[in-house]
Amino acid sequence: MTEVEDTVDPTISPALRAEALESLLLERGLIDTKTIETFIRTYETAVGPMNGAKVVAKAWTDPEYKEQLLADGTAAIAALGFKGPQGEHMVVLENTPDVHHVVVCTLCSCYPWPVLGLPPSWYKDPAYRARVVKEPRAVLAEWGTELDPGVEVRVMDSSSEVRYLVLPERPAGTESMSEEELAALVTRDSMVGVTKVRTP
Amino acid sequence: MDGVHDMGGKAERFGPLPTIDPDEPAFHAEWEGKAFALALLANRVSGANLHAFRHAIERVPEPEYLSGYYERWLASAEILLLDSGILAPGAVAARAENLRGGRVEEPAVPEPHKPTMPSGGGGNLRTVEAAPAFAVGDAVTTRTSVPSTHDRLPSYARGKTGTVTALRPAQVLPDTAAHFVGENPQHVYAVEFDAHELWGADAEPFTLTLDLYESYLEKAR
Repeated sequence: MTEVEDTVDPTISPALRAEALESLLLERGLIDTKTIETFIRTYETAVGPMNGAKVVAKAWTDPEYKEQLLADGTAAIAALGFKGPQGEHMVVLENTPDVHHVVVCTLCSCYPWPVLGLPPSWYKDPAYRARVVKEPRAVLAEWGTELDPGVEVRVMDSSSEVRYLVLPERPAGTESMSEEELAALVTRDSMVGVTKVRTP
Repeated sequence: MDGVHDMGGKAERFGPLPTIDPDEPAFHAEWEGKAFALALLANRVSGANLHAFRHAIERVPEPEYLSGYYERWLASAEILLLDSGILAPGAVAARAENLRGGRVEEPAVPEPHKPTMPSGGGGNLRTVEAAPAFAVGDAVTTRTSVPSTHDRLPSYARGKTGTVTALRPAQVLPDTAAHFVGENPQHVYAVEFDAHELWGADAEPFTLTLDLYESYLEKAR
């Protein structure tokens, strides 16, 4: 395999490096601009945490769907039209007043793309990857999520192709809200388990 | 394998937690979107696979790895294209120089030599005929050996004992697929560890689950 150079020319910005790489592949017809645009546009607009929020809101309002979701996450999520790379086998974990799940990937940044899109900065941050597997309560508390000592904390480190979606607790005072209104409340970070969904 | 990518439990090496921006966009700059797309396409063009891509990221030198997520994706795209002979060493740097008005000679296009590992189909889920070696409830111990090649057992979980809590679908073995020597699909197990087993008596109380390939495990003695 290729010996990797120890240093990259620091005056070449990542933007210039990307442009150089793109032009080398384009001119040989190995890639095309349209595919590049499609990839970018897809993850900017069509695939993101709004998908996961729809799954969560449906599970909050439809007990039968929730049961299917917890039993076979992949199928129940696909039933809403969400599937694709980094979502081959989905496992959904329910957070309750007694059990709190939080998800990480310590070896890279594996993340359930079809339901949450591309991972946010904090999820890819070395500090999060290093700490949440050793002191999850402290990490969550720093981000404003204080868990009672009696709550069982379960950390999931994504080391295979299984991807996790956390089903957060439905906040109190939302009984009269519609599925659509509920979906608007669900945050990306609650579906990874680092925060809870707040009452509006 | 050991390396900067294996971050679990190594807080002393890194800075404080960042703040969370709930509305963070997918890409912060145009080049990040381009780097994302180019990395996925480089993987395809070079005949690589998901595991080889992850391994390429692991081979990015540490300072560059830590410079940012899409920075390391760009670097890994180059590594895969060099490995497969699609690009010559120095080609990207020379092109970058010329794009900003320089006049340097660019290396000749090499003869490609893409990997030719047979694939058992799309994705990474497979069927394994052999019966699973472990069942839910079994106590299992992870291996202690440290491969110099790609693997998916974090260092903090080497030589630790936990309990199988679920069987996952069988999957392509990253250890061999990353090096194009075969898919070798294996059974995969969700293994739950007690925090005290991983971090000692003073650890916060919690459990941690890893999804582990069968060859990483043996029955606990």
